[in-house]
Amino acid sequence: MPKVIGLRCRECGAEYELQATHVCEMCFGPLDAVYDEALLRKIVKRDRIESGPKSMWRYRDLLPVEDSVAVVTLGEGLTPLVKADRLGAELGLRNLYLKNDSMNPTNSFKDRVVSVAISWARAHGFETIACASTGNLANAVAAYAARAGLECFVFIPVDLEPAKVASISVFDPNVVAVRGNYDEVNRLCSQLIESTPWAFCNINIRPFYAEGSKTLTFETAEQLGWKLPDEIIIPIASGCQFVRHRQAAHELIEYGLVRGDRVPAFTGAQALGCAPVYNAFHSDTPDRVLPVKPNTIARSIAIGNPSDGVYVNRIARETGGVVEAVTEEEIVDAIRLLARTEGIFTETAGGVTIGVLAKLAREGRWNGDEVVVAYVTGHGLKTADVLASVNGHAKRVEIEPTMKSFREKVSI
Amino acid sequence: MAQFRIPGPLRRLSDGQVTVPVEAADLASAIEALDARYPGFRDRLLDEKGELRQFVNVYLNDEDVRLGSGLREKVGKDDEISIVPAVAGG
Repeated sequence: MPKVIGLRCRECGAEYELQATHVCEMCFGPLDAVYDEALLRKIVKRDRIESGPKSMWRYRDLLPVEDSVAVVTLGEGLTPLVKADRLGAELGLRNLYLKNDSMNPTNSFKDRVVSVAISWARAHGFETIACASTGNLANAVAAYAARAGLECFVFIPVDLEPAKVASISVFDPNVVAVRGNYDEVNRLCSQLIESTPWAFCNINIRPFYAEGSKTLTFETAEQLGWKLPDEIIIPIASGCQFVRHRQAAHELIEYGLVRGDRVPAFTGAQALGCAPVYNAFHSDTPDRVLPVKPNTIARSIAIGNPSDGVYVNRIARETGGVVEAVTEEEIVDAIRLLARTEGIFTETAGGVTIGVLAKLAREGRWNGDEVVVAYVTGHGLKTADVLASVNGHAKRVEIEPTMKSFREKVSI
Repeated sequence: MAQFRIPGPLRRLSDGQVTVPVEAADLASAIEALDARYPGFRDRLLDEKGELRQFVNVYLNDEDVRLGSGLREKVGKDDEISIVPAVAGG
C-alpha cells in the first residue's frame, strides 16, 4: 500500500496527484507531500526505527519513498549529537547539544534532502537531476547523481567559493556558472522547469526533497532518548528545512515516538548581510517578507528571496522561538569559538547558527537548564578562506629546526 | 508594447499564450491591461489589498520589482515583465 498519496497546497488546501510539481495552480502556494496517516499510525514504531539502518533511512516510514524503491544512499544521516559542555560553560548553558551535520558524506545537511530527492526522481523515471545552488546542494546533487548513474546539471553563481567549486566538479556534473547571485540562478531554473524534462531537486521535486530535512530532528529526538529539546537553533536560507523541522516535531508527537506533546521553541538564525526573514520578524508585518540583495560571507544561506520566510516567522512565533541575526565579525568569531571549545570546524552558515546561539545566551534568553540544540549544518573546509581574510592566527610562530630557536620563540 | 511572460500554471488563463503584449505606463496598469484582455489575472497576481501576492514574483527586465518600486515601477515599450510563481530555493 503506498504511504504517500498526493500533494496538498499549504495555503489553500487544494489537492493534487503525486507528480513533479511544487506550486499550487490556484494560489501559487507551496505543495507538501501528503501521507496516509492511518497507515503510518500502524507502522511507525520506535523498535522498527531502532532496528533499521544506521543512517537517516531508519526513518524511511516517514519519508516519501515507497518500500519497493531502491534508495540512492551514501550513508547520510545519524550524525553525532554531541553534548557541548565547554561551549555551554562559556554561554551559561548546562544542557547544550550540537547536531554535527557536517559529518554527512558531502559534509553538509544537504545529503539528507538529496538522498530522498534522487531516490524519488530515479524511481519516477527521471534521467537527469538538476539544482540551483549556493554550493552545498550542488555538491550533494553531483555526488548522489554520480552514485545513481544519472545525468546531472548544477546551476551555481559564477563567483562561488573555489573550495565548493572543486568539490562539486570532481563528480563530473555539467556545471552551469551563471553570472548573477543565487536568487537570479534560482529564478532562471524556475523558468527552466517548463522546458526541460529534468528533476530540479529544490524546485519541481521540492515537496519530496524537503521531507529529507525532517530526519535531522527525528535523529535529535532519538539521540536524546526519544525526547524533544526545549529549543532548536536552525540557520535560515529559504526557510525550507525550518518548516520541515516543525513538521518532524509534530510527527514525533503524533506517532507516539516521543513522550509528551510539548513542541520545542524553533529559533532561526540569519546573517545581517542577508536577513529578509529577520527583518520581517522584527517588523509590524512578519507575514510580508521583502526580498533583499545578499551581501554576506555566509554564502550557503544567502537567499535574498526566501520562499518559506513567512512560515518561518509563523512557526517561530507560535513555538516561542525568535529569529535573530549576526554581523560578519560575529560569524567568524563564532566559527572560532566553536572550534576552540568543541573541536568542531563549521562553515560560515554554522558560524551564523552558533553566533545567534551565543548572542541569545549572552542576552539572557535562557536560565541555563534548558535543553538547547544547535544544528551545525556544514563543514568549515567549505569556507576556510574567510578565516585567513579576517585575521591571522595569533598563536603561530616560525622557528629554525633547532632546540635553541624553539626555546627562544616558544613559551611553554 | 511591453510583453508579459506567462508561466505554465497561468497559461490556461491566457489561452495558452506564453507572451502577451500590453500597453501600459506602470506595472499596476500593465496588470489591469492583462486582466482586461484575459480576465482572472488580477485575482491571481494581487491580493485583496491590491498588493502583489506573497507567492508571486514579478520581474521587470530580470529585476525583482519588490527590490524597486513594486507596482509603481515604470514600464517602457520594450520591457519584458516575467511572472514567476513561488521561487523555491534552498
